[in-house]
Amino acid sequence: VAKETLEMAELSIKEREANGVTVLDLSGRITIGEGSVQLREAVRKLLDSGKKKILLNLAGITYVDSSGIGELVSCYTTTGNHGGQLKLLNLTKKIRDLLSITKLLTVFDSYDDEGQALASFK
Amino acid sequence: VTTSRKNLLAVSRAAAPSRRRVSRTPAIDTVEISISSKFELVEKVSSLTKSIIDRIRFDQDTAGWIDLAVREAVINAIRHGNKNAEDKQVDVKFVIEPDGLTIYVRDRGKGFDASKLPDPLDPNNLLNPNGRGIFFMRTFMDEVEYSVHPEGGSLVRLYKRKS
Repeated sequence: VAKETLEMAELSIKEREANGVTVLDLSGRITIGEGSVQLREAVRKLLDSGKKKILLNLAGITYVDSSGIGELVSCYTTTGNHGGQLKLLNLTKKIRDLLSITKLLTVFDSYDDEGQALASFK
Repeated sequence: VTTSRKNLLAVSRAAAPSRRRVSRTPAIDTVEISISSKFELVEKVSSLTKSIIDRIRFDQDTAGWIDLAVREAVINAIRHGNKNAEDKQVDVKFVIEPDGLTIYVRDRGKGFDASKLPDPLDPNNLLNPNGRGIFFMRTFMDEVEYSVHPEGGSLVRLYKRKS
């Protein structure tokens, strides 16, 4: 059970640079525990190394719970506190629904087109 | 992890109105699972939730939201009720009814006043990373009710009607 659970809970994060923006391609789950911690650490690491334009590509996210939504909020505020910008790309229907009912769509800058997202960073 | 299953009530066939063919009255079935307070065991509950939802045949979207609501209830029970004390149990009971699904989640904590929770939609709370679990339960379920379990701990009852 433990092995299967860990595999299910895992979040995969791939980092790339595009037009001076760091894109994190996320796949898997952002849920309480490992997934949320991984995301937090990845964003902190970017900020610590001076990378302050961050685009989270959520296309591969299969599941988010309230902790995952909370982690997105934390990443957003932490990045802002460091003088940076964090934006979202490719919201899945479920994430869009959750951000909508929590009124967080009004907080996050989100895009369906990567080119537009990259161009939006100042 | 322990699970049990029992047929609580196998109602005898209703006194048949003549002519119309009477379908077999569905039984009310209960399924129970108890876990220790470890977040990774939430997946175990979630697997069970999904298999039960399949039996009731909620539509796919609704099924996903029920699963989320149950997860949130169990996570709250582990984190806020049992304070992550692994030796404390969380009991989950599913009651499968012909027209809906009731889920009870019991922790071993001291309980709380759900009416005093901050509103996550208040503009001042939007950037709070916490405080959305119960909001999700209330959004996605038809009924959410908190009470004190007679043998201690708090009990949340979630109900979803089959539309």
